[in-house]
Amino acid sequence: MKAAVADLDDLGRRSSPVHRLDARAKVLATGAFLVTVMSFPRQEVSALTPFLFFPLVLASLGGVPFGFLFRRVLAALPFALLVALGNPFFDRVPVGVGPWETTAGWMSFSSILFRFLLTVLAALVLAATTGVDRLTDALGRLGLPRVFVVQMSFFYRTLFVVGEEASRMKRSLLIRSHGNKAPSFRSVVSLLGHLLLRAMARAERIHGALRARGYDGRLPSLGRRRAGWTDLGFLAVCGASFAAARVWNLAEMAGRWAAP
Amino acid sequence: MHMADALVSPAVGGALWAATAGLFAWCGRRLKSSVEGPIVPLMGVLGAFVFASQMINFAIPGTGSSGHLGGGLLLAILLGPEAALVVLSSVLATQALFFADGGLLALGANILNLGFLPAFIAYPFLYRPLSGGRRSGARAWAAALLSAVAGLQLGALGVVLETRASGISALPFSGFLLLMLPIHFAIGLVEGLVTAAVVSFVARARPEAAAPADFSKRSVLAGLLIGALGIGGVGVWFASDRPDGLEWSIAKMVGREDLPRSEESVHQALEKVQEATSVLPDYALPSGAPHSSGVPEKAQTSLAGVAGGGLTLLLAGAAGLFLQRRRS
Repeated sequence: MKAAVADLDDLGRRSSPVHRLDARAKVLATGAFLVTVMSFPRQEVSALTPFLFFPLVLASLGGVPFGFLFRRVLAALPFALLVALGNPFFDRVPVGVGPWETTAGWMSFSSILFRFLLTVLAALVLAATTGVDRLTDALGRLGLPRVFVVQMSFFYRTLFVVGEEASRMKRSLLIRSHGNKAPSFRSVVSLLGHLLLRAMARAERIHGALRARGYDGRLPSLGRRRAGWTDLGFLAVCGASFAAARVWNLAEMAGRWAAP
Repeated sequence: MHMADALVSPAVGGALWAATAGLFAWCGRRLKSSVEGPIVPLMGVLGAFVFASQMINFAIPGTGSSGHLGGGLLLAILLGPEAALVVLSSVLATQALFFADGGLLALGANILNLGFLPAFIAYPFLYRPLSGGRRSGARAWAAALLSAVAGLQLGALGVVLETRASGISALPFSGFLLLMLPIHFAIGLVEGLVTAAVVSFVARARPEAAAPADFSKRSVLAGLLIGALGIGGVGVWFASDRPDGLEWSIAKMVGREDLPRSEESVHQALEKVQEATSVLPDYALPSGAPHSSGVPEKAQTSLAGVAGGGLTLLLAGAAGLFLQRRRS
């Protein structure tokens, strides 16, 4: 699990035209994307397809490997499948798709899965082309209270350290339980308790060190630029495309043009 | 229990995000003075702890399955509700961004279900009074169990209501509820046990580590009161005027919505009592009242909603006071 965070962290630190975009613009664009995708009626599938361009174009321009993206999507698929699978069962109104007949339940099932794909891709691409530091900084500038931003920074940095400690402890626990996959309640509680105590002691040390260096609650961030015309242009293009793709079914239009 | 974006409509997601934003503003204000204090590194570290401990599964004896710590109640006990909410939001946000465990549009809903409910409802209204300030011992364990189960049940109910309100999944309400509640009851038991165990472990090693005691229950109550007024005053306008379940069943069987009046003297006597006491029969001004024809129907219903809510509050409050006095 920690390797997963580390991968994304790596990607977030790279440099590319997408990485250089203002993080606030990317956050707002992703937000608009999510809202637009989710605003489609239940059974819509074809009109959703043009939306695939947004995450995939950003990913390729931002140097995010497609394999990485799809592996993550696959890993998160089971839960969406679980809930979406109910639809074909409960909704059996017959519906025609071109020359074939199917039920409304299968249409909404496909719609749910496609939405899932789009929303997960958008979130991953946002994280991979921005990096957590810049992301939380952007959220702070967009209005998130300071305590959230500062805490998120600490949380993120400590994640790796505490995570490593946890996996070390977990390994030693497994070794001591003769390879039983799931150790007993008592040993896990003891492990968690010790982990917690160490975490609290570490926090005190961190705080002391920060105060000794003049910390006053603000985390300085380097490389902050003001929003430029590129960022505004990016937002405008995204907004216009999302609106167009929402109002008209672009996939259907393309199909009609290609095969009248 | 993390809701994915694919199941949440923008209306529901947006509304819950608005509520979450309000909650964030509130927590931001309450914690403003502690931003440079030792609590913020502690919050970051505890967040990492909760995140990491979710990797550690343990066997639940007798069921053949495994579980892990959720962390909401534990964080509230160690940090207080506002700080706990901040920590949980970052954990949930990280899970959503990095692991697609829960959507971004649904993040507001998830923060409310998994953060607000354990930290602002289960902890101050259940754990604190029940545990009586103790961190170890049978009473603390019972308090943790009850609060964890209650918090998770409320969360599960929230998920079902939000899915239903979004209208994207076709799962029937009762079926979904019947699935979610029992599972999360079991999960709640595990959460309660682990929380109680970790808290008592820490309390013995570090007796001074305690949550700040200045959390205002009154603010949560005020918030709930405003919510109740809103629903009673305005929400009721949207109530369906179709017959309720019982009336509908009776109508199907008998042909009309209420049964014929009984000739028994007891029934008649009680009916007289009801006629005398009902100020707003059927939630509207009585038809014979002097001003009833001039008052619009919506206003009558609002009046009924607000008056009824206020009366219930008075009665419940009085009962609570009475019971408290008797106990001490």
